[in-house]
Amino acid sequence: MKRNYGPLYAGPQALWLAVFFAAPLVIIVAYSFMRRGLYGGVAPGFSLAAYRELANPNLLAVAFRTLWVSAAATAIILVIALPCGYSIARSRNQPLRLFLVIVPFWTNFLVRIYAWISILGNEGFLNDFLRALGLGNGIQFLYNQGAVILVLVYMYLPYAILPLFSSIDKFDFTLLEAARDLGASRMESLRLVMLPNIRGGIVTSILFTFIPIFGAYAIPLLVGGKDSYMLGNVIADQVTKTRNWPLAASISMTVTFITGIAAILYLARSRRSSASVQDSLAAQSGHGAGRGVARKPGAKGGLRGAVGKAAEAAA
Amino acid sequence: MIGSDVAVSALRKSFGSFEALKDVSLEIRRGEFFSLLGPSGCGKTTLLRVIAGFEDPDSGSVAIDGRDVLGLPPDKRRCNTVFQNYALFPHLTVFENVAFPLRIRKVPAKLARDLVMRHLAMVQLEAHADKKPSMLSGGQKQRVAIARALINEPSVLLLDEPLSALDAKLRQHMLLELDAIHDKVGITFIYVTHDQSEALSVSDRLAVMDGGRVLQVGTPQEIYESPKSDFVARFIGDTNLFSGRVTARRSAEIAVVEAEGFGPLLVEANGDAPVGAMVKVAVRPEKLRIGSKAPEGSDAELNVARGAVEEPVYSGFQTKYLVRCEGGASLVCLRQHAQWSEGNPDIRWKDEVYLSWSARDAVVVETTARHDSPAEAVAAAAGGLE
Repeated sequence: MKRNYGPLYAGPQALWLAVFFAAPLVIIVAYSFMRRGLYGGVAPGFSLAAYRELANPNLLAVAFRTLWVSAAATAIILVIALPCGYSIARSRNQPLRLFLVIVPFWTNFLVRIYAWISILGNEGFLNDFLRALGLGNGIQFLYNQGAVILVLVYMYLPYAILPLFSSIDKFDFTLLEAARDLGASRMESLRLVMLPNIRGGIVTSILFTFIPIFGAYAIPLLVGGKDSYMLGNVIADQVTKTRNWPLAASISMTVTFITGIAAILYLARSRRSSASVQDSLAAQSGHGAGRGVARKPGAKGGLRGAVGKAAEAAA
Repeated sequence: MIGSDVAVSALRKSFGSFEALKDVSLEIRRGEFFSLLGPSGCGKTTLLRVIAGFEDPDSGSVAIDGRDVLGLPPDKRRCNTVFQNYALFPHLTVFENVAFPLRIRKVPAKLARDLVMRHLAMVQLEAHADKKPSMLSGGQKQRVAIARALINEPSVLLLDEPLSALDAKLRQHMLLELDAIHDKVGITFIYVTHDQSEALSVSDRLAVMDGGRVLQVGTPQEIYESPKSDFVARFIGDTNLFSGRVTARRSAEIAVVEAEGFGPLLVEANGDAPVGAMVKVAVRPEKLRIGSKAPEGSDAELNVARGAVEEPVYSGFQTKYLVRCEGGASLVCLRQHAQWSEGNPDIRWKDEVYLSWSARDAVVVETTARHDSPAEAVAAAAGGLE
């Protein structure tokens, strides 16, 4: 009899996950339920103090700001990455164009942030250029939310372009011709046929950009000001300055929990039948497709109803 | 639904240095089942895409019902396309695929549902309305594509090799179904194919294309029985091609051609083959009779050749014989097994046989030039005939 060694092949990954994912997570969970040590660190004993501190209005304000900055940056990234991915997928020189997308990764993350500082600074290249044109004198570009969003967009754009490129590259462009042939305008064919079919790439792009941006630390620290302090900075401060490790751990846990749930919901949704995708798409675009009806399993003619309602509502 | 006539004239289209269409002109009549037939790369699909509006020609014009449609985008032309790979929207169900054009036109729900179900019924797919395209077989996908293309009630349906992805049996079946749909809706069908038997069996008329040009337009019978060129004769069905020079005229209709590797050959020639002209002559294999004895009687218009069977190819309902004639030419003969034969009907490999055919079945397909002096004729023959 042949022995099945299958599970063994999962060994390295299991080890990797245990050491670098599960163990740190367990430690953080444990810390978040411990008491604050007198001189920093943690003291033994169970306490919910760290979670109670989360209700602090200052902290909530930072949390909402983080959410807003992440959402704004992700939205801008998508708007730029979609046409980029499209043009790379349609290009005759895909390898070169993909290579150019990846090139920035060869320069250190921090170095690239400093590069932006030297561009946007009061004595930076951009201001020098504007002065040379006689436009303004030392405009304050840095140390505000705009600068943070700009640098976040720059830094995470490739993570969105690559999955979008790969899903657009797999997309069958005769479907667009078919849509045009059947009476759809250029925009309608993109919206009703292309978008639903590259949905996987869009979801992946959002996951790959929103989640790391939500935990951003270095960028708001280096190019942001008082108005752009994010949760990552709060956590770092709690660890290094205030030395309230349980609070840092409880904030981390909350962030992990929320992004984890969001990711799971999103992935589960993208796996579900795309009928609902069609609905939400139509709903967003004001067509008001038969929400709910289509999703009811076994509802006879449900999908037909959805299409019908879409047509009715629009008519 | 009423069909439209489609006229293209002097169309040219190049992709880089490749000329896909070189001066193509065609008139397709209202309600006709018209096929564009040719080998791959002959320009037939490009022509279809120009009519549909996916490609703009470099020059020339396309008119539907006498109205110039160049410059109109595909969604503004009253023609719809059935794509080679079906191009069904994978994220939509069968019902939603067929309903797509109605959704774009914002047709009221009830009317849309009735229309879609009627079209699905036409292609016998009502039971599959809620399935995704990925759950359908090739033939079913094909039918969805047809229903979807017809729901906007186009006046012209363009079909781009719609059956090429199906297996042979299904292809026959779908072809008959297409023909039935054409009869039912009565609109103009323009059907692109590289399969001559498909084109012959369903078309009202067809155009044979090669190298970006239309070589011949006609009914299936005209194309098959009187090909106007060497290429058409060879592309449509099996053919025995002879080339040679006209040496004499027997009568107003019959000429004698001295064919290479064969000898004197009686051919039908209505004045288009004067003495001295270089001609190509085609004889369809099923016009040849094969027997183990020379045919009896004296028919002045009968060609008779003696040869040996090089290869019998048995295929059930018929046998194809490759026969090497005494002059060296190799001829193909098809014998239906129900057919009469002279002498021993059981013809085997290496048997000596007689092939016979009427001069009326030997068609002149190309007349190259007239050469009055034999020396010129020889020079032309040596230079290679076009």
